Formats: sequence, structure tokens, C-alpha cells
Amino acid sequence: MMKKFFGILLTLAMVLSLAACGGNDKPADSSTPPADSSQPSADAPSGSASGTFKLGGVGPLTGDAAIYGNAAMNGAKIAVEEINALGGIQFEFQAEDDVADGETSVNAYNTLMDWGMQVLVGPVTTGAAIAVSAEVYNDRVFALTPSASSTDVISGKDNMFQVCFTDPNQGVGSADYISQNMPGAKVGIIYRNDDAYSQGIRDTFVSEAGKVGLEIVSEGTFTKDTQSDFSVQLTDAKSKGADLIFLPTYYQPNAVILNQAKGMGYAPTFFGVDGMDGILAMPGFDTSLAEGVMLLTPFSADAADERTQSFVSKYNELHGETPNQFAADGYDAVYIIYEALQAAGCTGDMSAEEICEAIVAVMPTISVDGLTGQGMTWASTGEVSKAPMAVVIKDGVYVTP
Amino acid sequence: MEFLSYLISGISLGSIYAIIALGYTMVYGIAKMLNFAHGDIIMIGGYISLIAMTSLGVGGVTATLLAMVVCTVLGILIEGLAYKPLRGAPSLAVLITAIGVSYFLQNAALQIWGANPRVYPSVAPDTLKLFDGQLSIPYVSLLTVAACIVIMVALTLFTGKTKMGKAMRACSEDKGAAQLMGIDVNRTISMTFAIGSALAAIAGVLLCSYNSTLMPTTGSMPGIKAFTAAVFGGIGSIPGAFLGGLLLGIIEAMAKAYISMQLANSIVFAVLIIVLLVRPAGLLGKYVPEKV
Repeated sequence: MMKKFFGILLTLAMVLSLAACGGNDKPADSSTPPADSSQPSADAPSGSASGTFKLGGVGPLTGDAAIYGNAAMNGAKIAVEEINALGGIQFEFQAEDDVADGETSVNAYNTLMDWGMQVLVGPVTTGAAIAVSAEVYNDRVFALTPSASSTDVISGKDNMFQVCFTDPNQGVGSADYISQNMPGAKVGIIYRNDDAYSQGIRDTFVSEAGKVGLEIVSEGTFTKDTQSDFSVQLTDAKSKGADLIFLPTYYQPNAVILNQAKGMGYAPTFFGVDGMDGILAMPGFDTSLAEGVMLLTPFSADAADERTQSFVSKYNELHGETPNQFAADGYDAVYIIYEALQAAGCTGDMSAEEICEAIVAVMPTISVDGLTGQGMTWASTGEVSKAPMAVVIKDGVYVTP
Repeated sequence: MEFLSYLISGISLGSIYAIIALGYTMVYGIAKMLNFAHGDIIMIGGYISLIAMTSLGVGGVTATLLAMVVCTVLGILIEGLAYKPLRGAPSLAVLITAIGVSYFLQNAALQIWGANPRVYPSVAPDTLKLFDGQLSIPYVSLLTVAACIVIMVALTLFTGKTKMGKAMRACSEDKGAAQLMGIDVNRTISMTFAIGSALAAIAGVLLCSYNSTLMPTTGSMPGIKAFTAAVFGGIGSIPGAFLGGLLLGIIEAMAKAYISMQLANSIVFAVLIIVLLVRPAGLLGKYVPEKV
């Protein structure tokens, strides 16, 4: 009986190991023919980049932050289709859900590595990106996050890059914009002090406000457990005469703040950062509450240029809504990888490690025009440099003021 | 003027805590168990009324009644399936079961309605403006305070004057003796859960109207705060739950406004500890020594 059992076990082990070998061979097999047959595309600068690359995407497709993850992945898919239609380099794209959770994100990343991923687009949210960045650094896989904005995501990891601004940049950018365009504004801040994203932007905003002479009259805080009642924070700001409220927070508490301010009859200008993006797509949200809300975002769906318009109409057609900044970030991420692969002359049969070293070397040298900025360039630390843009919400859409 | 508006936001928050605390206290006083799933029944009540208002297009009152019916049935079901089989079990087992039910309800809501927060249309959306608009009171706050007082008075009358109320008090004092006197203990406890859950539905509608958002975890923090309020006022005592809830809301708002926003919750719980040191049974609770 025992012998038989071991026999079966041994057979199983052998079959499995064979299957595993087959699995390892497969990606190389399938990617070789296109590499042989494809012609170097005419517009490729180095002319040597070719073949099919496996791009993985990680982001929250369900859960609290699903609006961000779905937008980024949908945007990335549109870019993949456009690039594949051009001929030349081909992309295979697979997105995995991480529910914006660090541990789940590492699992999603491992799933993609088993699939044979060569370059990672993601993770979309900061906490998850910090967890995965340690893995990609160890495994030497190139990763470009569309929207994880903390400096902790990239610091100390030479192969992790960002499409979006870092948090300090958002705080500095907001303070500069307000002092230039709304001189004499009395600023109130409401931020979440148990959240690295919110606290980080608030800190740099306050220090920059000190430098440019912006007056901060009121500061209110809240935590995850108290993000449903802002009457005290708003009353404080109102009584101290704040005419602009800076909200370095996500859109869920922002929606509550807007609603309760209206209930109090308090109507300052609300000024948000990229976390405000998504508020208009919230189910059941009365968009008239957001009338006049300003936010710092690198992307506005009403921009007149041809590329934005074509992206917006494609996105609208596929998903029935106007794309937000995260969709544009995801779209740009794929194009940045495309440009980098061409600049580095990568081929589809290279391993993830080889591609990683090649791209890391060229990233500081390339400049990419995207939906979220013209002439984006990168420092070797992974930080992007591009101009921020402020938009104001009018009749439920973003317009440039 | 600021003081007044802080006071008003404290009172309206406190009234919501008080309504939830009344439900906690009813169940604890009679069934002698902490129903930690109470906060999640509030959340379910919120979702039912939201669906009634947005999908069926009914008014706030009908939506509330519908939520009360659904929550009552849910409360009786939970009691029958999860708590009744444990009637003879140690109270720790019942407590763990209640926590389990709480997580079950949260995750069920997550599956059914998703994690994205929903915007809740207030049942009383307008605002009362006083002193040339210097002081504004949302109508929902007034409604909450009124509902809270009505519920407290009704519950006091119900437990004091009706036959069912007498049966409840009897069960609360001694289950065994009550049974010997011909009281159907199981039915009485089921009835308690039914009333508690109906109260939870009302609290759900008011809480969501006040917060204007709703998600599967909406009920958990107010649930904990209301439990604190019930202990603060003296658990098992109906006027105590009312007083405890109100005080808790006011202390929280005042601490936030005048001491520190970061420390507001710590201050609330520090006050609770001091009260319990001085009066171990809570403000209005009766100290009953455990008979061994």
C-alpha cells in the first residue's frame, strides 16, 4: 500500500517537473518567431527594438480604490492596442487585482512573474507600490507606476520610476499656484493625519506656504475612523475666515466635506490634489456640490489637443465615462515603456533582468510627450519632471481656469 | 456663535450615538449579551433605505419603514440562527459569535453592494438658518434629536407599562424565575432583538443622512462609540444610554474644537475611564453585585 502510494507520488512529481520545464520553455518559444519575422519599424530611433513584450499591470480593480486601478489599467490597455496597431514592437498586457493592499499586491506581482512578465506597469496606489518596489528591486524587473506618488515608492530603488508627481511636488505646486493666482487667500487645510499621502502633501504645502507668504488660518485633521463628520473642522475654518480650503485627501472624504460645507452654508474655494480626481465618477454624487472646486492635476479631459481628444473618445466608447487622470497616467506609462524599449534597443526574447538594466540606463536620457505632460523627463532616482496644471470643475467637467 | 455651532454638532452626533446606544442597552439589559453586530445592522438599514429611495423612488418615511421591516426580520433571524442555540453557553461564546455575525454582515454587504462609498440622499436635506445665516442647523440634526427623545420616551413607557415590557424586565432580573412564572423567555428575547433592530434601522437612516455617505464599514465605528456611550450612561439603563450618547457627542465635539483634533478620541475615552473609576456602573446604572 505504502509502496504504491510512493510510486504514484514519484510519478506525479516527474510529470509535474516535466510540465514545469515545458512551462519555462514556452515564453521563449512563442516570442522567438515574431522577433525573427518582424521588420524593424521605421520610426524606431535605434532600429533594433523588436519582438513581443509581456507587460503586467497591478492595481486595485475592486475595493475602495477601484476607481483608480480600473482607470489606470483601462488607459494602459488603450495604449497597448494603439501600439500593437502600429506594427513594430508588440505588447501582451495582463492586469492583476491588488485591492490597494501591500500583501495582495506582492501576490499579484508574483502571479504576473509566473506568467512571464518582462516589465511592470504599477502598482497604482502608494502603499501597494512601496510593498512591490522592494520585490522588483530584488528581482531586477523594471517597474513604472502610473500614480503611486510617495517618494518612498522610488527612494533607494534604481529600477522603479513614476509617471505622476511625487507628493512633495504636489504640495509645493499647490502652494505656488495659490499664491500666484489667488494672492491674499486665507487658507484652511483639512487633512488626514494617519495617512502618509495626505500628511506628506500637507507638510510640504505648509513649508512652501511659509516661503511664498501664504497665510494659513486654520488646520483641521481627521483619521480613518473619523472621516464621516467634519462639522468641527469646517466651523473652525469658517470662524477664522478661511476663503480657500486645501484638501490633500482622497475623494471619498472630500465628498462628505463638500456636502457638509453646503449644509453649513459655507462656500469657500475648495482646492484639491490628485486624490480629488474621481469625485465626479462617484456613484450618486451630486456634481453641483463640486461646482467651482479646483484641483491640481496633470490631465484635463477637455484639453483641445488631438491626442487627448482621441484618447477621451476612445475611452468613452469603451467604458462609457470620461477618463480621469489615472487613466491618462496608465496610458502614458505604456507609451513611456514603449519609448524606453526603443531607445534601449530591447528585443522580446530578452529576460526581464536584461530589459530592466537596459531601460534603467536610458530612462534619464529620454523625453516623452504624453497626455499628462509635454516633454516629460526623469531623474535617475525615478522622479518625473513635468509642469502641473490646475483645473476647475464647471457643470460636472474639468475646465482650465 | 462658534460655541453654539460646536454644541449643535455635538448634540446631533450625540443623538445618533444615543439612538444606537438605546439598541445596545435594550439587548444587553434583557438578553445579557453584547450584540456587536448592532452597528452592522445599522449599515444594512442604511443600504435598504438607500435602495428604497434611489431604485424604488419612495420618500424618506416609507424608506425608513421598509428598512425597519427588513432589519427587524434580519434581527430575529440572526437571533434565532446564531444566538438562540447558545442560550446555555458561556457568555464568552456568545460574544465571539456576535463578533462573527458582525464580520459576516460586513462581508456580505461588501459582496452585494461593493466597497465603493455610496452617496446617501439625506431624508431632510435643508438647513435652518438663524441670526442672519450666522448659525446654521441642518434639519437632519433637529430630526435626529427629536427622534431620539421620542424613542427614549416610547421605550421607557413600553418597558414600564406594557405586559411585554414587564416580561422583558422579568427576564432581565432572573431568566429562570421568569420562566417559572410562565413567561416565554425565548419569545421575549426575540422580541427584544426585533425592537433593537428596528431602532438600528432608524439610526441607520439618520446616521447616513448626517454623514451623506454609506459603505459596508459605516456602522462599525459608530457602533463602538455607541457601545461606549451605553457603558458611560450605565449599560442596561434606557435614560442612561440617552444621557451617555448625548454627553459623548458633546465631549467629542468640544474636545475637537477647543483642545485638540488629534486627541479628541483619546479625550473621550479618558473621560469614560474616569467616570467608570468613580461610578463603576456608569452614570445612571444600578450597581448589582454578582450573586455567587
